[in-house]
Amino acid sequence: MTDWPILSTVTFLPLVGVVLLLLTREDGPFGRRNILNVSLFTTVFTFIVSLFIWIGFDNSNPGFQMVEKHEWLGTGISYHLGVDGISMLFVILTTFLMPFCVLASWESVEKRLKEYMIAFLLLEVVMVGVFVSLDIVLFYVFFEATLIPMFVIIGVWGGKDRVYASYKFFLYTLTGSVLMMLAVMAMYWQAGTTDITELLKYGFPAGMQTWLWFACFAAFSVKMPMWPVHTWLPDAHVQAPTAGSVILAGVMLKLGGYGLIRFSLQMFPLASDYFAPLVFALSVIAIIYTSLVAMMQDDIKKLIAYSSVAHMGYVTMGIFAANVQGVQGAIFQMLSHGIVSGALFLCVGVVYDRLHTREIAAYGGLVNNMPKYAVAFMIFTMANVGLPGTSGFIGEFLTIIGVFRVNTWVALFAATGVILSASYALWLYRRVIFGALEKESLKALLDLSGREKLILYPLIALTIFYGFYPAPIFDATAASVDLVVNNYSAALAAAKTLALNAH
Amino acid sequence: MTAEILSLSLQLSMPELILAVGALVLLMIGVFSGDKSSTTVTGLAVALLAVAGLWLIFMSGEGEAYGGAFKLDAFGRFMKVLALIGSITAMVMSVGHAKSDQLNRFEFPVLLVLSTLGMLLLISANDLIAFYLGLELMSLALYVIAAFNRDSLRSTEAGLKYFVLGALSSGMMLYGMSLVYGFTGNTGFDEIARVLTAEHRGLGLVFGMVFVLAGACFKISAVPFHMWTPDVYEGAPTPVTAFFAAGPKVAAMAILVRIVSDAFLPIVADWRQIIVFVSIASMLLGSFAAIGQRNIKRLMAYSSIGHMGYALVGLAAGSETGVSGVVLYMTIYMIMTLGTFACIMAMRRKEGGNVENVDDLAGLSSTKPFMAIVLTALMFSMAGIPPLAGFFAKYFVFVAAIEAKLYALAVIGVLSSVVGAYYYLRIVKLMWFDEAKGEFARISGELRLVFGLSGLFVTAYVLFGGPIGSAANAAAKSFF
Repeated sequence: MTDWPILSTVTFLPLVGVVLLLLTREDGPFGRRNILNVSLFTTVFTFIVSLFIWIGFDNSNPGFQMVEKHEWLGTGISYHLGVDGISMLFVILTTFLMPFCVLASWESVEKRLKEYMIAFLLLEVVMVGVFVSLDIVLFYVFFEATLIPMFVIIGVWGGKDRVYASYKFFLYTLTGSVLMMLAVMAMYWQAGTTDITELLKYGFPAGMQTWLWFACFAAFSVKMPMWPVHTWLPDAHVQAPTAGSVILAGVMLKLGGYGLIRFSLQMFPLASDYFAPLVFALSVIAIIYTSLVAMMQDDIKKLIAYSSVAHMGYVTMGIFAANVQGVQGAIFQMLSHGIVSGALFLCVGVVYDRLHTREIAAYGGLVNNMPKYAVAFMIFTMANVGLPGTSGFIGEFLTIIGVFRVNTWVALFAATGVILSASYALWLYRRVIFGALEKESLKALLDLSGREKLILYPLIALTIFYGFYPAPIFDATAASVDLVVNNYSAALAAAKTLALNAH
Repeated sequence: MTAEILSLSLQLSMPELILAVGALVLLMIGVFSGDKSSTTVTGLAVALLAVAGLWLIFMSGEGEAYGGAFKLDAFGRFMKVLALIGSITAMVMSVGHAKSDQLNRFEFPVLLVLSTLGMLLLISANDLIAFYLGLELMSLALYVIAAFNRDSLRSTEAGLKYFVLGALSSGMMLYGMSLVYGFTGNTGFDEIARVLTAEHRGLGLVFGMVFVLAGACFKISAVPFHMWTPDVYEGAPTPVTAFFAAGPKVAAMAILVRIVSDAFLPIVADWRQIIVFVSIASMLLGSFAAIGQRNIKRLMAYSSIGHMGYALVGLAAGSETGVSGVVLYMTIYMIMTLGTFACIMAMRRKEGGNVENVDDLAGLSSTKPFMAIVLTALMFSMAGIPPLAGFFAKYFVFVAAIEAKLYALAVIGVLSSVVGAYYYLRIVKLMWFDEAKGEFARISGELRLVFGLSGLFVTAYVLFGGPIGSAANAAAKSFF
């Protein structure tokens, strides 16, 4: 078991599904069923295999585990994989969400189903690849490669303005990432290696850290996305098909957060410390401003997209608080947001499949004929708000504690954001679910089908389970987060003594 | 003793001799059997180039010949093989188009062979005179084949434009060479390097160097010597354009690399600023000017201008990493370009023949899925998106620029690659997001083969690119 390259297996397993899909033909209901079954089977199987990563994971080891290393391209770049407490759960999150994406596309995707599924499976490969890479060039390759399938998914199967949204998504993200590419190169020449494990130990000179930090921040803040470079997200979310939105909100935004922890915080502690106030300011603006913007949306998906930006504000804030609570909270918030926002987009998909509109005004009174849906939607809305007892609460609470220890004002403003998020989320819920069932078009709507129950009920269970018992996640992340935070404080202390000695 | 030197020289230049003698034989065959022999001559010409290539790979040694005017090293061998592959591919692709573009005359393959001979001489040139002769041999054949479809107004215009501007740049270059000779007293690259020092270099020499570099930049179509490119690319018959975009660019880039890293290495600070400027200007113009293009051949012209800019980023570094990056960039660029031109040639309607508008690609993913997938991969690769080959090409040139601390160049470069991504994305968008307006005719086997191989290369590079990278490194070691 120990020798088996489990990370490579999990990363590239979806490719088997791609090959199978290429061999199947898409004509008639039978071909369609085949494609769906193959994709579902592949994603579920990948998820099950990925659980072995969690099972085999040693919670007490803060370093990288299940490491694989091979020469690659003969230029010092290596194919180097491994997970630690920070990245492991993101792998699971990715593989966990994929079957839901397939199920969510069961009926809604009408044209080119085969290409659609191939794009999703390829996306899974590169997303898992990002989290398990231990070489910055490999990381960058996977990080950028996510653009191609997502561009196609938004552009081909998206809504009315899909071309605009896909271009905006692609060009925004690419602009950020190319700057990071230069940072990667500069790090290579400075440290003489592209190995992340070596780079984590290498202390970059203070002057250089500033620039490297900025270049990496450009990539990750766009991906995250942080205010003011978040504007691609609402467009992309609104135009993307349901499953595309789930992956965007559930996993792709986390690539940015993961990058911030892995690179910015760990490799450039001095610059992170120096720029923390900037990040706090941007986070607070994101939390308050985008919450206000969310309140005024008349498109359900756009509202949830803005709320995602606000929630990512808590994540960035927690990360740069750089204490155990902050970083733990940020990781937890990302995982919880992955499930909750994914579920919210799936909920929107449920009504969108029936009525083909996302206008809030087109709905109202759904509680009367869709009670099960109303319950599911409520639980996810509450989790989005951060109600105690749901997983959303724990992440927000911890990040606010974390930042409170560093800067009370930031915590104060962030807490205001919780109130705002309650107002937009509950108001959305009121307008869609409550009220009298007056609109003719809504009266014939059926409650959740068996497939939709299969999608939403496990997510409800997880949301509540982790709301009451978050220990499994904290157990897995604790050792690595401790290491990150200790190294961070040690680096700052060392810089301080150095500065004192110089005087 | 002299006989020994001569036989060594002949041995080192065997591929060139094969091509020179072969071209004359082919000309004879053509003359005596008339135009109906054009297919046979094309086949023989391909075989000739292949023999020269195989000789280079398996038989040839390394060293200097003809009193140092001709130099065969690892770099030269790599670039020569590359140029030969480019010429062979372009010639194979021209077969299906010979009739419609009126290329079905036996002179066409003979001219291509002669031009390729010029490229090989140019790549090996180790002396200003050899440099000039190689360049002219290559260019004269190119001028003729640009205007080969003499009934077409656009083709003759392209040939004339290329000739006038080419002659001008050759003249400038020759003037520069005379200045370099005047201020150093030598024509050999090694001798020039020996007498040059960074402190004692006359202004006249810098002047001469600028003119020489201008001539080389004209051939690789780098800004500000790019004016001919869009017109010639658009006007020349498509197989000829594919030929232009492949071998001659490789050869001209090779001589540019050789002259700056050999003859002018001591005055690196002087030429670096020129290369940096040319590189930035090419990248920016290549990205921005391509946005408005509707004709896909013009678009490819601007794209190639941009690509030359990126390749020069590596050269600007003036280091071993940089040259290795340039070599790799030219390899990947050439294969991507040939694949793309194979796709462009496949844009042929059942009625009405070839089309050249970007919009004609609309909905290709539903009518010709395989071609659409390949072209998509090529476009993303040209935009430099990993995991495709184009990313690694860009990666290795920018790595060299960062090593040389050319940060401004690198930042402008990567940002202009984002602008460039926009117009590559437009092609992808047309193929996948839009509805089909009509179908293309059946694609001939050789085009399918070329773009299939090219697509395979850009996607599989991430797995099997190691040996190519090592060969590029070995080639770069020739200079440092």
